This record gives sequence, C-alpha cells and structure tokens, in this order.
Amino acid sequence: MLIKRKEFIQVGSLATASVLVPKFLKAFEAKNMVPPGNKVVVVLQLSGGNDGLNTVIPYRNDLYYKARPKLGIEKGKVLSLTDEVGLNPALTGLKDLYDDGSLGILNSVGYPNPDRSHFRSMDIWHSASQSSDYWTTGWVGRYLDAQCSGCDKPTQALEIDDVLSLALKGEHIKGIAMKDPKRLFGTANEKFFRDVLKNHKDEAGEQPVDYLYKTMAETLSSADYIFQKSRMHPTNAEYPKTDLGNSLKTIASLIFSDINTKVYYVSLGSFDTHINQQPQQQRLFTEMNDAVKAFVKDLKQQNRFEDVLLFTFSEFGRRVQQNASIGTDHGTANNMFFISGGLKQKGVLNAMPDLADLNEGDLKYKVDFKNVYATVLNKWLKADDKSILTKQYDYLNFI
Amino acid sequence: MSLTNQLKNQHLMWRAGFGPAVEQLGDLSKYTPRQFYKALVKASDKKPSFIDVADDYLKGLMMGIEEVGRQQKKEMDQEQRKMVQQKSREGVRNLNMYWMHEMVNTASQLREKMAFFWHGHFACRNLNVFYQQGLLDVIRRNALGNFGDLLKEVSKSAAMLFFLNNQQNRKGQPNENFAREVMELFTMGRGNYTEKDIKEAARAFTGWGANVKGEFVFRRFQHDFGGKTVLGRSGNFDGEDVLNILLEEKQTAKHITGKLYKFLVNEDTDEEKVNWLSDRFYQNNYDISKLLEDIFTSEWFYDEKNIGTKIKSPVELLVGIQRMLPMKLENEEALMLLQRVLGQLLFYPPNVAGWPGGKAWIDSSSLMMRMRIPKLINDADEMNMKPKDDDDTMMGMKDGNTQQKGNNKRTGQGVGGAYAGMRRQVINANVDWSMYVKYYESTPREKLVNTIAEILLQSRNVINNDLIKQYADETGRESFIKTATLQLMSTPEYQLC
Repeated sequence: MLIKRKEFIQVGSLATASVLVPKFLKAFEAKNMVPPGNKVVVVLQLSGGNDGLNTVIPYRNDLYYKARPKLGIEKGKVLSLTDEVGLNPALTGLKDLYDDGSLGILNSVGYPNPDRSHFRSMDIWHSASQSSDYWTTGWVGRYLDAQCSGCDKPTQALEIDDVLSLALKGEHIKGIAMKDPKRLFGTANEKFFRDVLKNHKDEAGEQPVDYLYKTMAETLSSADYIFQKSRMHPTNAEYPKTDLGNSLKTIASLIFSDINTKVYYVSLGSFDTHINQQPQQQRLFTEMNDAVKAFVKDLKQQNRFEDVLLFTFSEFGRRVQQNASIGTDHGTANNMFFISGGLKQKGVLNAMPDLADLNEGDLKYKVDFKNVYATVLNKWLKADDKSILTKQYDYLNFI
Repeated sequence: MSLTNQLKNQHLMWRAGFGPAVEQLGDLSKYTPRQFYKALVKASDKKPSFIDVADDYLKGLMMGIEEVGRQQKKEMDQEQRKMVQQKSREGVRNLNMYWMHEMVNTASQLREKMAFFWHGHFACRNLNVFYQQGLLDVIRRNALGNFGDLLKEVSKSAAMLFFLNNQQNRKGQPNENFAREVMELFTMGRGNYTEKDIKEAARAFTGWGANVKGEFVFRRFQHDFGGKTVLGRSGNFDGEDVLNILLEEKQTAKHITGKLYKFLVNEDTDEEKVNWLSDRFYQNNYDISKLLEDIFTSEWFYDEKNIGTKIKSPVELLVGIQRMLPMKLENEEALMLLQRVLGQLLFYPPNVAGWPGGKAWIDSSSLMMRMRIPKLINDADEMNMKPKDDDDTMMGMKDGNTQQKGNNKRTGQGVGGAYAGMRRQVINANVDWSMYVKYYESTPREKLVNTIAEILLQSRNVINNDLIKQYADETGRESFIKTATLQLMSTPEYQLC
C-alpha cells in the first residue's frame, strides 16, 4: 500500500517520531482545535462511597450527633460555613473556595430505587441509566458519540488512569485512558505497532478487524497529540506529590495547551469506610484538599479558573447511623461539590438532608444526579443533553 | 473459495473451546470438522468433578458456627467475621485460577466453553466461596444438559438467591429483584412481559432461600400461597411453577438461542438461522447438546463470514495463548491482574447482565495491553498497569500498597485486598516450546512465517510476512519460530477468532 502521509512531530529532546496517519484521522489532525477560553469539565470520582455527612456537616443538628456518638465531628473542629453547615476539618482549601465564592455544595443527590452495591451503583452513575436498566455505554462516552459523529476525536475525553471507565465508553467512540502522556507516548511508539498499522490496508469497513485498527490508529495518533500538547505549556506550579496531585498537574498542563479535550476524569479512593472511618477519610480528604488547592491556584494564575468546572461525586453516601466498628455502612443520597471561577450560584445550594425523615436509616434523595449531568452537558459543554441522556432532565442553576 | 479443514477445525476449536492446543496441531488438517466435533463431544462427556478450593480453616469455622448457631444463635465476632471474609476472598481467587487452569488443560473443551457462557449468562457476584463453588458446579454439570434443569438449579443456588435479594422476598413484603432478573436476563428477555407479571412472579418466589451451608430451603411461613396470574396463566403458583411457565414460552428458547448465536457464531445475528435453531431447541425440550450439534455441524457455521470475525474475550485470549504455548507461571496471580485490567475477571461480572462482549472489550488501553501480553510473557517485562479499585471485593482496604517511587519498581503495585501478596507484576512465564517448535520441523524456512500465521490467525492474509520476518530473531531456526510467533500474537488480528 501507499504511504499516504508522514508527519514529523518535534518532541523536544526526544527523538523525532514518524507517524503515519490513516486517512480517516486526517480531518481530526488538521482542525477542531479548541481555542483557550473554552469550557472544560473535570470529574473527580470519590470511589467507594464517601460519607457525605462527615463531609458537609450539619453541626447544629442533634440528630447527627445522636446517630454518631463516636463518629460525629465535634462542633469546635468543624470548618463552619453557615450557622448550620460546616466542612470536614481536612477540607481547609474548600473552605477558602467557599469564602471566595467559587464553591457550590449540592445536598441530597441520588436517584430513585438506590442500589447499595458499589459496582452496580457506580454503573448507574457512569451510564446515567435508571436503576432497573443495564446500559453498556457511559454518559461521557455518549457525549463523545454525539459531538463526534463522523469525526474521530477520542481525546475530547481523557481519563487519568490505566484503565478506561464505563463513563467514557460510547457506542462508537471511547475516550482515552492514560496515567501520563509520556508513558502513553512511549508505549504507542513501539516501532512494531507503528509498522503493523502502516502495513494495514486502510479499509474503513464495519468488520471487527477494522474496528481494532481504527482503535489502534486513534490510540497511536492520540498518544502523539496528547504528548505534544502536554509539552506546549507544562505548568511550573507546585503540586503535592500524590497520585491526585500528579493527575491534576497533568490535567492543568493540558488545559493550558490548545488540546481539544473537554472532559477530564480522575478518581480518588477508597472511601469505603466500614471500619475506623475517621483516619481513612481524613487521609483521602487531605490528598484531595491539597491537590485541588494547588490546581485552583494554578488555574487562577493562568486566568483559566472561569473556564474550568470541577465536580465531585461518589456512587452513594453512607448510613446516617455509625456502625459498631466506628465506621459507616453503604447508604444512598450524597452531596456533590462544584468548584469553578464561573459559578452562577455558590455556597450551599439547597437544604441540608432531613435527618428526621429517613428511609430505613438512609437519606432520601432530593436531586437526581442526571439533572446535574444535563446541566453540565447543556450549559457548560453546550451539548445536546437530551440525546445523550435519552431523556430531558430539568436544568439546575449553579452554572 | 474452499476453506481448508485446518482453518475450519481451528474455527471450531476457538468457538466450541478455547482455541486449538499445541498437541492438536498435527490433527487439524487430518480430520473433517464433523469428525473433530464428534471427538470434542466425546471428550466432554464425563461428569465434571466438583471444584473445591475452600480453605480447611474456613470449612471448620463455618461448621462450628453452624453447630453453635443451632444451639444458641451465636453470631461471629468481628475478628472472626473479618477472617472469614478474607479467607473467602482468597477462596474465590483460587477458584478463579483453578477454573482457568481447567480451561487451558482439559480435553472437555466444549463443556468448559459452555460453562463459561453460562457463567456470563447467569452472572452472579458473591464473595462467599462456598456459594460460588456451588454455582460453578451447577453450571459445569448442566452446561451441556437441559436448559430447564440448569435454570432451576441456578435459581435455587445460594449464590443467586442471595445476590438477587430473594432472602428478603417475603409474603406481604415482596422483593422483586429475583423475579425481574429471571425474566429479563435468564429466560425471556426484555419487553416480553409486564410489570404486573414480575410482581406476581415475585410472590411465587417468596420463601425461597438458602441456609448457611448454601443449601436451598423453602420457608413455608414466608411463602405467599395465594393465587397469582403470570403471563396469562392463573393458579397458586410457587417458584418452580413460574419457571415452568417461563420455559413454556417459546420466547425463552429464542432469547437463549439468540444470545448463544452471538457468542458462538457471529455478533451479527442472522434472524432466519436463529429462528430455525430456536424452534428446534424448543421442540427438543431445551436440550443444549442438540442445539450445539445443530450449530457446529451446520455448513453455515463454517462460512467465511463467520470465521475470524469475533473479538476474543480477555479470558478467551489468555486461555488461548496458554493452550498453544504451554507455560509454567511463576506468578499465577498475574493472570488475574490481566483479567482485571482487560475487563473480565471471572466470578466478578460487572453486573447481573454479564459482560457486554464484542467491541465493548476494546478501547485504547485494553487493546494496547492485549498486544503487549506476548512480550510480557517473553521478557519478564513489567506490566506497569494498575487496575481500578474494586470496593466490592476489597471492602475499603487500600489497593495493594501505594506506589513506592524509585526503589524496587517491580514490587510497586499490587492488586490489593483479595489479592494481597500479589505485588509482583512480572508474569515470569516459563514456556515449553518443544512440541510447538517440533510441529514446524518439516516446514521450509521460507514458508515458516506463513505456516505459523495460518495456525495462529483466523483472519486471512492480512499480516505482511516481511514485516514479521523483519522483527523476528533470525539467528537460528528455533529462535525465529519463537519470535515470529510472539510477534504474530502481538497483532490486532490475533485479537480475533
């Protein structure tokens, strides 16, 4: 076959890489760069079921302390936001963001007929299905499908991980998962893979073999693209040397480039605190707090904080009542944080959960998480939320 | 174009089993597919033995609890509970490895392949190793038998009853989960019944449960003996009756056949063939062996469009490599790490709907990982991949240890909790190449790459032979065969069967 085009990418001190770009990717190589100023979303998944009640604390509510004689966080230690609401003591950076008007807290987020199994409830959050449905695509993946029909831009959604989550898997297009742009570049640049791709006759067919080659071509091409962009404006800011710190640093460097990525996805865990909850949650919150703090500072310095929306979620909250092991068991509704310089509504966005009105010991949900997705897709990403979520959900007003 | 018997037999071995084994290489062109299939059936004839990996300590403890429980309803204390959970998780890990080993080594390929299908069809997560062993046994024993028997035994297994919350399904307080999944996933499929049917069926299953030993129990005082109407039939049904009603529905045969067609033949369903097969499946009273015979002895099964067009599942890929290249793994847990990273960890399906399959296996990360496996086998290279935490299996324990930067990279990351102690990411495989290399004894040098490709790849004439030659080690005949083999296994084409 003919070599259609060779492209040489200068990658600083590294060797020059020769890349063959199959024709179905050419379009994507040439255009559709997102100019700075465009909105991006960073999804921070708190895996394992974070205990929302010890995150956003109703520190004037006797029922809270009654349900948690050992686990309740003392009034004096809480970082108070309002007369009623305080933050976990480890979340000092989020308290600053609150004072700064760049934090939103949405309480009692969940879905009907909640499932208390981690994998199932996470599936429901990832796919945005009803709890009685089993979908094999994720909401970000379907966003990719909708945005990119006819083009191939899997870099529009990136997960900072070795393994791709269901959330980023679309019907036709799947996002890219990578821990580190340089390592991805290294793996993809194995000469044998390049040559195998080069030798493949480019038939844009519908057979599984075409799908494999298409994925391979996208991966190799994306690896170059992401690596190149990651080196355009690498951030010099200080980040904590934790997993999340490194991930947010990678994300910041990409945001400062003109990469076409719109959604970044990263996880922190495990928040599954059945036993001895306090030290474990505090350790994870410290990691989250310090990394997010550095990230926000960096974004502000580069005047990009208005363009970035970071939100957190967890597959479920935990039981109101502490258990016998000074921990908590799986629960239902939970709170979400929204962090951005571009929030329209800030602070505590709705009522705190009603601890007197429980469903068999669990919080009742008041906001469906799919309303949040619809809002983010429609208002922040300007996408067709209805087709992505297969249903029209009402929008919220925080952005 | 007429296809060779070798290609057809390889096709049969990949679909009715986990790929051709090295000791079968000589037979591949000697027999017709029909003869080959007959031999496969015969080899799968005998009843499989019960796989028992449960720890003696755990057995003792469970028996003790049961004894004490009878006398004074004493519960386990926290320490004991923790210990039981840990031992049980280890048990499920051992079950995983034992079964995979069986898939690699057994001659009963057809039985294990079908058990693997049912394992995905009757998808169940349960951390109790006794329950999982019980369910696996049900599935392996009935894999080639009668679907009705299989359905009933699965429905009465502790693993499934607990997983689908039927313990909580009581007269007056129904839990519909079990009834819903039995209809939606195990028998008829979505859209063929009403919500009312589910509610009524749930009432029929009230009182179905299991004891601590994992035996089925019928709790009369929890059962709703009242009249029910399910799919147009009325009576004082119990669970067994409802399952019989579901089997009476032709739609059940159609749903199962359609799913099996996708699994064994082609992801693209051929309606006409599925209808023909399912009619016969129904007439033959759900005889699974007869259905399989209809498929594997048909002419169309060997049509070119059905060959080399299916994406291997991670388990099929991992088992297939080991069947062709017998190997001793110093670190067998590495296989579980690969299962997790590639998205198919046996005994941990993503949900009750099982693994989605097909293109869903492939994304950029999983594809690159798949193509690196042969190199990992050969080089004792590091995997350098961390699977996602699985909070259901790990119960909040930290995944392995957090990365220790710099020093001792090889011991960097584990897979945590259930896999504690599994720090090494090196596969450390010791491949026994002798039989494999011997097969090519009389192949002329210039034909080697081609001959090897014909053995390994089911999709035809796609890899450029010169390319493989270029990357193979040409210093000796044996090293050439080995390296060419590993290169061919590192291609997109090898992901297909």
